[in-house]
Amino acid sequence: MVEKKPAEPVLSKRRKKFVSDPLNDDNPITVQVLGICSALAVTTQMKPTLTMAISVIMVVVFANLIISLIRSLIPSRVRIIVQLALVATLVTLVSEVLKAYQYDMYKELSVFVGLIITNCIVMGRLEAFAMANKPWDSILDGLGNGLGYSWIILAVAFFREVLGSGKVFGWPVFEAIGIQNFPTNGLMVTPVGAFFILGIIIWVQRTKTGYVEH
Amino acid sequence: MQQSNTYIIVFSAVLTIVLGGLLSLANQGLKPMQQKSVELDTKKKILSAVTDLQEKKGDEIIDLYGQTIESVVVNIDGEILEKDKDGNPLIAENIDIAKNYKMAPEERLYPVFKYHQAGNKEAVEAYIFPIYGKGLWGPIWGFIALETDLNTVKGVSFDHKSETPGLGARITTAEVSNRYVGKKVYNDGKLASVVMLKGENNAASNLDEHHIDGLSGATLTAKGVNEMLENYFIYYKEYMNKAKTNATEKVALLN
Repeated sequence: MVEKKPAEPVLSKRRKKFVSDPLNDDNPITVQVLGICSALAVTTQMKPTLTMAISVIMVVVFANLIISLIRSLIPSRVRIIVQLALVATLVTLVSEVLKAYQYDMYKELSVFVGLIITNCIVMGRLEAFAMANKPWDSILDGLGNGLGYSWIILAVAFFREVLGSGKVFGWPVFEAIGIQNFPTNGLMVTPVGAFFILGIIIWVQRTKTGYVEH
Repeated sequence: MQQSNTYIIVFSAVLTIVLGGLLSLANQGLKPMQQKSVELDTKKKILSAVTDLQEKKGDEIIDLYGQTIESVVVNIDGEILEKDKDGNPLIAENIDIAKNYKMAPEERLYPVFKYHQAGNKEAVEAYIFPIYGKGLWGPIWGFIALETDLNTVKGVSFDHKSETPGLGARITTAEVSNRYVGKKVYNDGKLASVVMLKGENNAASNLDEHHIDGLSGATLTAKGVNEMLENYFIYYKEYMNKAKTNATEKVALLN
């Protein structure tokens, strides 16, 4: 930096885009098609999905922040291992906290919390963004991508739980509005159901944004 | 930017130490809470075989457990064991059923949880036995509670590692566990067990006191549950025989 520029506002237009882009136009799941594995696996019900979403947001935000802070110190030849070690540590921390305070969730999500390590979104953001950008920008980018991931898996979980079990967050909706014996669809409970819903979401979204694969 | 090897090694070493330190710190700091969570989970499972816990929360469950459950550890011959091979006291709640399942039945430790009226150890209302077996995709386990006649089922609670959601995984629901309530284990003194039939909505004529309605689409899980129950009724047979005679003595004394 040669000349001093006036300080950029904390939430400038450029920075707002870091958060808003991954929500729709550059969504990690529907556009970049990353993190599909967990989107299929944990979305049978809303509650574990919400826990998973919060866990991923925490991991991706903090990993982005820390990598961005030490980005000039990281030897480029071992940067992937450094990123991996950091992500693994954060994920283990999340898993330990869940085990202590949300044991039922911890059991239900079992291996999938650990598998956040292999979620391409996390490593992808570190390599593509945090290695080259300032801490605050990286936090926003992590938040955006975390939220982009979250709203998609929550949407998938909503439809799977409603159609598969007739419930939302474990609360029987159809009985509440007076429909007894709602015919639940067993397919929605299996991972196949997630594929259908994800496919429909991607279809609707691409029709609206006009995104085409090149 | 190309760093020297020394820099890379030092950087990696520092990173490892910092991250490792952080992890062990978290592990140590959270351990008491985690142990409490595991303890609560076990006690919740045991109690849910005999009573409905939906309204109750953490500490209430642990209190209730302390007031109403007395536990012993027995061997295959039904003899009460107080110390393990190394002379350490045995605590029924800490026995890992999954680990014991890998040993020969004669060598296993069998915990028994006696459910009694709050504060009165003499007034046993049910015997709760842990059970463990194989489902379709992975282990299944749970607790079965028998009335003091050691014949009538008071309640069951099942759990599983990886049964199919919506099919085999339904064994954990109240809908399925309620089907066991009131069924009989013995028929004229001979073990008949409680068997889950194949398919759902079986004709009522097929459902007697030893048979319950099955799970449609989960025949193999049901088979695992049946085997698990029968095995453990056999393992606990000696203990049950002994407990039965004791129980009658106690009733005689009360009269």
